[in-house]
Amino acid sequence: MSKSQTSSPETVKPNRKTVALIGNPNTGKSTLFNALSGMKARTGNYPGVTVEKKVGKVVWNHREIDLVDLPGTYSLSPRSPDELVSVDVLLGRQEGVTAVDAVVCIVDASNLERNLYLVSQSLDLGLPTVVVLNMMDVARSKGISVDAEELAKRLKLPVITTEAHRRKNVDIVKQAIADSVERPLRTPESLFPDEFYAEAGQLRDSLRTHKDIDIPQFLAQRLLIDRGGQIEQELTDSSAAGQQIRSDLEAARERLAAANCRVPAIEARVRYGWAREILDGVVTHPAERSASKSDALDRFLTHRVFGLFVFAALMMLVFQTIYTWAGPLMDQIETGQGFVTGLVEGVLQPGPLRSLLVDGIIAGVGGVLIFLPQICLLFLFIATLEDCGYMSRAAFLMDRFMAKLGLSGKSFVPLMSSFACAVPGVMATRVIESRRDRFVTILVAPLMSCSARLPVYLLLIKAFIPEQTLGLGLGLQGTVLFLMYAIGALVAIPVAWGLKKIFFPGETPHFVMELPSYKVPSARVVFDRVYDRGKAFVVRAGTLIFATTIVIWALGYYPGDHSKQYELQRSIVATETILESNPDNAELMKVTLEDLENEYHTVSSELIAGSALGQMGHAIEPAVKPLGWDWRIGVGAIASFPAREVIISTLGTIYSLGGDVDEESEGLMGALRTSKWPDGTNVFNIPVALSIMVFFALCAQCAATLMVIKRETNSWRWPIFSFVYMTVLAYIGAFITYQVGRLWL
Amino acid sequence: MEAPASRLLTDLRPGDSATIAEIIGDDSLSTRLMEMGLLEGESISLIGYAPLGDPIEFEIRGYRISLRAAEAQRVRLESTS
Repeated sequence: MSKSQTSSPETVKPNRKTVALIGNPNTGKSTLFNALSGMKARTGNYPGVTVEKKVGKVVWNHREIDLVDLPGTYSLSPRSPDELVSVDVLLGRQEGVTAVDAVVCIVDASNLERNLYLVSQSLDLGLPTVVVLNMMDVARSKGISVDAEELAKRLKLPVITTEAHRRKNVDIVKQAIADSVERPLRTPESLFPDEFYAEAGQLRDSLRTHKDIDIPQFLAQRLLIDRGGQIEQELTDSSAAGQQIRSDLEAARERLAAANCRVPAIEARVRYGWAREILDGVVTHPAERSASKSDALDRFLTHRVFGLFVFAALMMLVFQTIYTWAGPLMDQIETGQGFVTGLVEGVLQPGPLRSLLVDGIIAGVGGVLIFLPQICLLFLFIATLEDCGYMSRAAFLMDRFMAKLGLSGKSFVPLMSSFACAVPGVMATRVIESRRDRFVTILVAPLMSCSARLPVYLLLIKAFIPEQTLGLGLGLQGTVLFLMYAIGALVAIPVAWGLKKIFFPGETPHFVMELPSYKVPSARVVFDRVYDRGKAFVVRAGTLIFATTIVIWALGYYPGDHSKQYELQRSIVATETILESNPDNAELMKVTLEDLENEYHTVSSELIAGSALGQMGHAIEPAVKPLGWDWRIGVGAIASFPAREVIISTLGTIYSLGGDVDEESEGLMGALRTSKWPDGTNVFNIPVALSIMVFFALCAQCAATLMVIKRETNSWRWPIFSFVYMTVLAYIGAFITYQVGRLWL
Repeated sequence: MEAPASRLLTDLRPGDSATIAEIIGDDSLSTRLMEMGLLEGESISLIGYAPLGDPIEFEIRGYRISLRAAEAQRVRLESTS
């Protein structure tokens, strides 16, 4: 195995201890992590996998202990490289994480039996362990009582009851962690029959002999149990030694089966048997399981009529919020950006530095922050729905529908959110357990028609699609707009299908999903989650988006002599000042000002035409001509790489109208309508307008989405792939639209 | 005693309970089902169907779990006497 080295001891302070936090999903693990580490976690990715690395600090008695948060899981049986990360961290084999000194295992008090399965597996690591019995309040409300003292006695481990979302008993957990790191290793209990341990031991010997590697006892056991698991895959390669291991492994499994110790079934039987024995007399369930409020709610919310109605209403609300209600917040960010720009322009004379600050840096920061309202609002909803237990019901309701598209119910919310903005949509895919479903969802999410495409559609529809009705009260303009929204979603279906076939072949991932009990969501949990996601976006994706904006700024700025442009800018400011202070010659001054502004716009237009961006536009003209485009549209398409709507201000600059135009601008519409090819024919007509719209519906001109894909997949491969496949798709779509449209329109 | 016809988890109706006889297969799906506590001898009940008929909600070991019909077919039940 490749990752067998632990980090070198000399880089680590000798007294620094590390604790890992594990637990089932829906146990309040993240909440406990936040409570213990005070929200100050460092996040990153483990190399080569998509697991988020999250390390916080527990401070107790002036002493700092590193706390590693591992992804929520039901089992330590690794079936993928992502799942192996948790095991490697626990065994001290994961690069970049110091060897773990103790484990904190959080369990749901209202669902102890199943939770003890993971505890049982983790006890086989032999590390000092603290059991945190969370959600005692939920257990009580269900009439379940747990004798924590007796549980601790039987487990021979410290057991601490908490209600993490109320920060209850957090200090006791900290104390227990500080104590546990000082304790020696434990000797794991032998739950399995002796034959099993003997076979695991022999496998270790065999690996030593044939592959010259020494794997921990824990991994040898996993190798033996996990048929087709990640460890088997890594150790039984096609080499002679690998094949030897495979035949040893098969023989061992056969001997075990003959001894009535068949893997993998033996593991669940042994561990659940152990859990039941431990809990006998420790947990008391109510004699008659009364139909609880949660049950009644569940019946209503999964009802085939009311359930779907509530679901549709909730989703409408979520969509409305991120699509429309984020608007005022985004406007405020833009106003703030305008204010800072004004400050800079008041201090600095026109020049390259000012241009870099205003059009590069301030625009770049603004371009990152502008996504925050949508991200925060979406996660406000997701976190609330998740914490109250509804999110898994939403997946339950939509699974059949999404399965028809080749995905699972968990892909619904991310894809729906992507109709507002793909950035939070891609970030929301983290809940999808199946790697295949998650990646396919991430890759098709940017095809959903987001709000940034709307200005492009509106401008072109208003300028070129005639205002006529198709009958039945259906307007042509509205129909075109609807088709633009539909095209991405329709194209996504075959794309998702193709991606699965090509990149993720193999069996359909299963959809075994816990449906947690409903509870009142905790404001603290929700707030923490929103903060965490917002911070992750700004810190990890924001820097890349920012860098992209700077690069595009430089391409549009250089090469070129901007001195005349600056001179005109100064004259405009001077004229404006005179106009303000001296209204006598207002009429004349206004004419002068208008002339200056026109000249300024002409100069700016010439500068962008001569810039690297303009040259690129000219260079790609032969390639975009079959789409009906001239070089100016080409420049617009390249310049809009950071964000689709940038094409509007770019066209404004190119057509000498200035960059302040928007999709309502009559001037820009007029300029587009009268724009000419060198031979005097119109550049724009209906097929060209449609071709541009189709291109923007399908292309990946959104640096933020690409950078979020980079972050979520932890690889440059997928954002590059997304960009290439969407550009090809957009080009083909625009080509067909234009060529077919030319025949008819 | 005649050999009972094999009954699967999908044969239950809402509100029915039964005892699991066997998890069919030893691939990753059956392992996952066993990890979630679906084991021989356990009682399981069908709570209801999703609006489109699939997946299906069950209760086992005091908690709720959703399985697609194709997954639930991997669980064989003991025949009722």
